[in-house]
Amino acid sequence: MPRIVVDVMPKPEILDPQGKAIAGALPRLGLTGFAGVRQGKRFELTVDGDVTPEILEQARTAAATLLSNPVIEDVTRVEVIPEA
Amino acid sequence: MTVSPSAAAEQKKFRIDTVEHAAATPDTELPWAELGLKEDEFHRVVEILGRRPTAAELAMYSVMWSEHCSYKSSKVHLKQFGDKVTDKMKEHLLVGIGENAGVVDIGEGWAVTFKVESHNHPSFVEPYQGAATGVGGIVRDIISMGARPVAVMDPLRFGAIDHPDTARLVHGIVSGIGGYGNSLGLPNIGGELVFDSVYQGNPLVNALAVGVMRHEDIRLANASGAGNKVVLFGARTGGDGIGGASVLASESFDADKPSKRPAVQVGDPFAEKVLIECCLELFKSSVVEGIQDLGAAGISCATSELASNGDGGMHVELTNVLLRDPTLTPGEILMSESQERMMAVVTPENVEAFEAIMDKWNVEYSWLGEVTGTGRLIIDWDGETIVDVDPRTVAHEGPVYQRPMSRPAAQDSIQANSFNAERPFGSAAVKDAILELMASPNMCDKSWVTNQYDRYVQGNTALAMPDDAGVVRVDETTGLGVAVSTDANGRYSYLNPYEGAKLALAESYRNVSTAGAKPLAVTDCLNFGSPEDPEVRWQFAESVRGLADGCRELGVPVTGGNVSLYNQTGGVAIHPTPVVGVLGVFDDVARRTPSGWRQDGQAIYLMGTTQDELDGSEYANLRGHLGGQPPKVDLQAEKLLGELLVNASRDGMIDAAHDLSEGGLAAALSEMALRFGVGARIGLGEVCERDGVDLFTLLFSESQARAVVAVARSEEVRFKDMCSARGFAHARIGVVDTEIGALDFQSNFTLPLDELKAAHEGTLPRYFG
Repeated sequence: MPRIVVDVMPKPEILDPQGKAIAGALPRLGLTGFAGVRQGKRFELTVDGDVTPEILEQARTAAATLLSNPVIEDVTRVEVIPEA
Repeated sequence: MTVSPSAAAEQKKFRIDTVEHAAATPDTELPWAELGLKEDEFHRVVEILGRRPTAAELAMYSVMWSEHCSYKSSKVHLKQFGDKVTDKMKEHLLVGIGENAGVVDIGEGWAVTFKVESHNHPSFVEPYQGAATGVGGIVRDIISMGARPVAVMDPLRFGAIDHPDTARLVHGIVSGIGGYGNSLGLPNIGGELVFDSVYQGNPLVNALAVGVMRHEDIRLANASGAGNKVVLFGARTGGDGIGGASVLASESFDADKPSKRPAVQVGDPFAEKVLIECCLELFKSSVVEGIQDLGAAGISCATSELASNGDGGMHVELTNVLLRDPTLTPGEILMSESQERMMAVVTPENVEAFEAIMDKWNVEYSWLGEVTGTGRLIIDWDGETIVDVDPRTVAHEGPVYQRPMSRPAAQDSIQANSFNAERPFGSAAVKDAILELMASPNMCDKSWVTNQYDRYVQGNTALAMPDDAGVVRVDETTGLGVAVSTDANGRYSYLNPYEGAKLALAESYRNVSTAGAKPLAVTDCLNFGSPEDPEVRWQFAESVRGLADGCRELGVPVTGGNVSLYNQTGGVAIHPTPVVGVLGVFDDVARRTPSGWRQDGQAIYLMGTTQDELDGSEYANLRGHLGGQPPKVDLQAEKLLGELLVNASRDGMIDAAHDLSEGGLAAALSEMALRFGVGARIGLGEVCERDGVDLFTLLFSESQARAVVAVARSEEVRFKDMCSARGFAHARIGVVDTEIGALDFQSNFTLPLDELKAAHEGTLPRYFG
């Protein structure tokens, strides 16, 4: 079944305590090549059948209203992944 | 991505507006109106400086002269809190109004600091982070006094419980408070939860924190000693809440105008926890001279306040500020409200020791500049001066308004509209009314909220919700401890703001003494509508006058607090809501009095008398009525009742006590029985006869200066003698009965505890799951 992937990231100007914590942990593991970390989240919405434009629109609405908090987060991707 | 320093400087130099440039370009248009300054205020800035302000100066003045930071509308009234304080009241006061928080001497070399603040507007926009950063902000106020935070409390007010937006706010705000406070490891020992449609678009999220310290650890926010270094430490500065203080908290907002939403502050409780420990080590090692937390108005506030409270001069290089977002302009850096930051003043000899402590706790810091004796606050950007002001004009000499007030035209008709709906008569009707009351949104069991908070972490909590006051032990060897309660009744204040403020004080005072502690000091969070409305100004002035008079009569000083104005949507203001927090002291918290009875056969006494006072009551609220005059307040009676309760607790005469407030005797008896699930046989006939009221009125009236206590059989004579000697009305109204599992109102009706419990505990889970 095809899936719609939604990526959500904290807005660039918003503090990301989890990303900051990871950024602090990396050098402790000897991984020193990174200047910063931002942590977002990924949703996979599974569709039974074809992804019609209506369904994709529904996914966009879900992304904007339920999956992300528009005050502090941006939806960075809503994309169909075809059946594997 | 890395930018070479020279390229960054190039980039930044491009847009800076220096003092020199400002003097040369007097006619440049500035966005003062967008930043919230009024035209005459902008002209005053020009007059003070003798030229147009630079962009950075404009940012500083606009944010520091906003209502939120300058108290420009409320200042003329608030000075009563100082004017009406007697020397006797100052006896226990180590630090009074004007510092980050007041400090009270509780004996044995210990001092306590406590303060309540609002975070109403941010919590409406982003409930979780708004409420979380509210906790973080008040905790930093406590740290900056030199104290270790030991407890928090949160008085909350929401719109109607069944309104669709209420669940969003309740879930977000309660989890935000829990998420931040629990992560810090601070017990949340109480607060309030009120639902009323007047708070629909303006939930009130107030946060109180308590901290303890030894007398010698008190630290103040001032920058003295020319040559001392100024350091910023903690989190980096980002674009959080820019303009939040001036734009957001000083304008009522409409949901249709998202453009006014500024960047929200996001809190990081784990960074704050490190900051607490790091600051306490700084204090212990005596390496800081003065310290200030960064809250509203960020660096603008910290630099101008530290400088004007000290010797008056400071010279700072703003490019030294560590940034999370390198694109910020100087004005934005000055206004940013990024959380978990502190500013301190350190002597040159202590710089090394300071840096060692920072490194130990892995806290980032940057040296910004130094204290000077020039009386000027000078801020440079890459060597060029962008701010050159007298810090007092920014921090303390902002505009002060004494604008005309008017008593609302409708006030007389509101006060004349007494509650005269039909009253329940007969056993069955009164029993149903009790069940309805105890299931109502304001009187129902609050554990759905308080169970999300850690109430006993640190192991010093002696009492917490649902008891009358939160109690924490301060000294583990002697048992010395404090009790804190917060109270307000917006409906009482709407009917009569002067009396309403006194009633809030009376209830908070009564709660603390009911727990067995001697009340010592007051903090307040004054939540009101727009100060541009003359009727709101009248409500505010009356409330402050009432609270100041009340404090004087009870002999407890206001030590600090906060004013939150512009709590209105669509031109409709909230009820005036002066939240009053009272702090009391115990010699030994083991003597605390819980709010429920447990011992079979103990006598139940009602202290105080009851009049027919249902106006503004919870019962009238259930019937959708709001009018008349609130219950009469008699502070001498409150004081006497308080003394009796504290003595009775200290001398071991009473094993349970509960004050009578919202919901009257019906609520008090129900809560006392449900506290430990123990019933009682109650007979109210004699009291009805004595006070000349019927059963319903005795149970539902909200007359003040009353409490119910459970007295051990062996102590009854002593207890009655004590009340009689002081001339305080008291009547035996029943006996604790561990067998019957009910409140048996003899010769009237029996209320099984199972039924009462189901009604009481079902409400919040039904709405919020």
